[in-house]
Amino acid sequence: MLKIHNLHATVADKPILKGLSLTINAGEIHAIMGPNGAGKSTLGYTLAGRPGYEVTEGAAQLNGVDLLALAPHERAAAGLFLGFQYPVEIPGVSFLQFLREAANAQRLGRGEPTLSGGAFLKLAREKAALLQMDMEMLKRPVNVGFSGGEKKRAEMVQMGILDPALAILDETDSGLDIDALRICGEGINAIMRRPDKAVLLITHYQRLLDVVRPDFVHVLSGGRIVRSGGPELALELEEQGYEAVAA
Amino acid sequence: MNALALPTRHDEAYRYSDLDALAGVWPVAREVLRVPAGEAAARAIVISGEAAVARHLLVDLAPGATCDLSLLNLAERFGRIAVEVRLDAGARFTLGAAQIGGGEATLEIVTEVTHAAPDAVSRQTLRSVLAGAATGSYLGKVVVARGANGTDAAQSVRAMLLSRGATANAKPELEIEADDVKCAHGCAVGELDAGALFYLASRGLPPASAKRLMLQAFLAEAFAGAAEEEALSGKALERLEALL
Ligand SMILES: Nc1ncnc2c1ncn2[C@@H]1O[C@H](COP(=O)(O)OP(=O)(O)O)[C@@H](O)[C@H]1O
Ligand SMILES: [Mg+2]
Repeated sequence: MLKIHNLHATVADKPILKGLSLTINAGEIHAIMGPNGAGKSTLGYTLAGRPGYEVTEGAAQLNGVDLLALAPHERAAAGLFLGFQYPVEIPGVSFLQFLREAANAQRLGRGEPTLSGGAFLKLAREKAALLQMDMEMLKRPVNVGFSGGEKKRAEMVQMGILDPALAILDETDSGLDIDALRICGEGINAIMRRPDKAVLLITHYQRLLDVVRPDFVHVLSGGRIVRSGGPELALELEEQGYEAVAA
Repeated sequence: MNALALPTRHDEAYRYSDLDALAGVWPVAREVLRVPAGEAAARAIVISGEAAVARHLLVDLAPGATCDLSLLNLAERFGRIAVEVRLDAGARFTLGAAQIGGGEATLEIVTEVTHAAPDAVSRQTLRSVLAGAATGSYLGKVVVARGANGTDAAQSVRAMLLSRGATANAKPELEIEADDVKCAHGCAVGELDAGALFYLASRGLPPASAKRLMLQAFLAEAFAGAAEEEALSGKALERLEALL
């Protein structure tokens, strides 16, 4: 599904990713943990193609497609979804309006038929219900006036509507109370735990991993994966801290 | 001032104008809109196309009269709309204006709103979207005459630049000779938020669609609640799509 080989990336001329390699197969859920400033968000932004994040070396493929050669919207059409650590507020543009255009732009990009207004609304209603989010909120401007938890739930609704092959979820659990954490975690399972999909969870906490159980856990430090293991690695990290485990 | 003499660069209201283009349409006829006491009027002016266009509107509001004016300046070369408004006691004037230009267009909206008597209200909202090497200017003078106490005047002026070569001039100006007056103006020139554009792109929206959505939202502020809101937004969108 995702093959990252020796990825180097700079932000404002500062090297952040320094030779990161990672392979994720279809049907797998991986977690990346690591200290603040390790480069976790940079990995997500670089794969999604955020301007200002320059790849200086290495390769990244999604289902055989060279991600790094594509514009951000083409990467989405290729099946990539990035759940933002800090979802952006966009005054005056409603969720439903932009998501319908985005979903159909993706479909056109893949040569698939577009969704009618009715079919789109039905899909949106279904995913909003899954994340226990009031449909009325999706008529509002993107993320404007949403609480931290509402923003993260809205990210998951978007993921459900766009139906990606691979989701990179950047600290979806931060800022969530216990109920919202469970709703988001179960949403991720419902939408993404399938043989033809994969997830890369970026998180600091075991509590999300108790709901969305990872198959593999990696420690990112200094711009590289310094350790990989099974779910027990997350428990070890929680007990001993990054420094002891990454050393 | 002699209304027939061609203005020069030294005339404040023409400092950013395209005087050569203006010469071709000079003199500009004054159109007059008088609203009798207690009555309400709504008017929309749209200018577009390759020919140079200049309009000049005088609005006279009797006591308690209201006027909603919408302006849409889409001229492709030179478009100027000047509006002089005189408000009598308790009158209300609302202006929603947008100008959208690319290429070498020179677009201007020039207003002079005089609160001549107490307790009148004026609201001016101006939004400009400028691409290519276009220049968009707003000169907005608010005059509060002696004795026009209780005046409430507000101007909200914002411009969005889509390219390095585009220019926005915004010059709100206040002349106050009364007491107990509330005058507010906000002025901002900016570019589309790169973080928001990336967020939209990451969901699969092509760059032109992402920009269009954000600019539609930006321009909607000018026409919110206008009688011809839908028609004006439709025309603005058509011009935006041609520029993106
Ligand atoms: N826009 C930016 N400009 C300059 N430095 C940045 C920028 N974004 C991130 N960085 C730097 O990149 C490093 C990695 O940041 P980030 O990927 O956000 O870490 P993490 O998500 O693991 O906490 C940090 O040292 C941070 O200061
Ligand atoms: Mg981060």
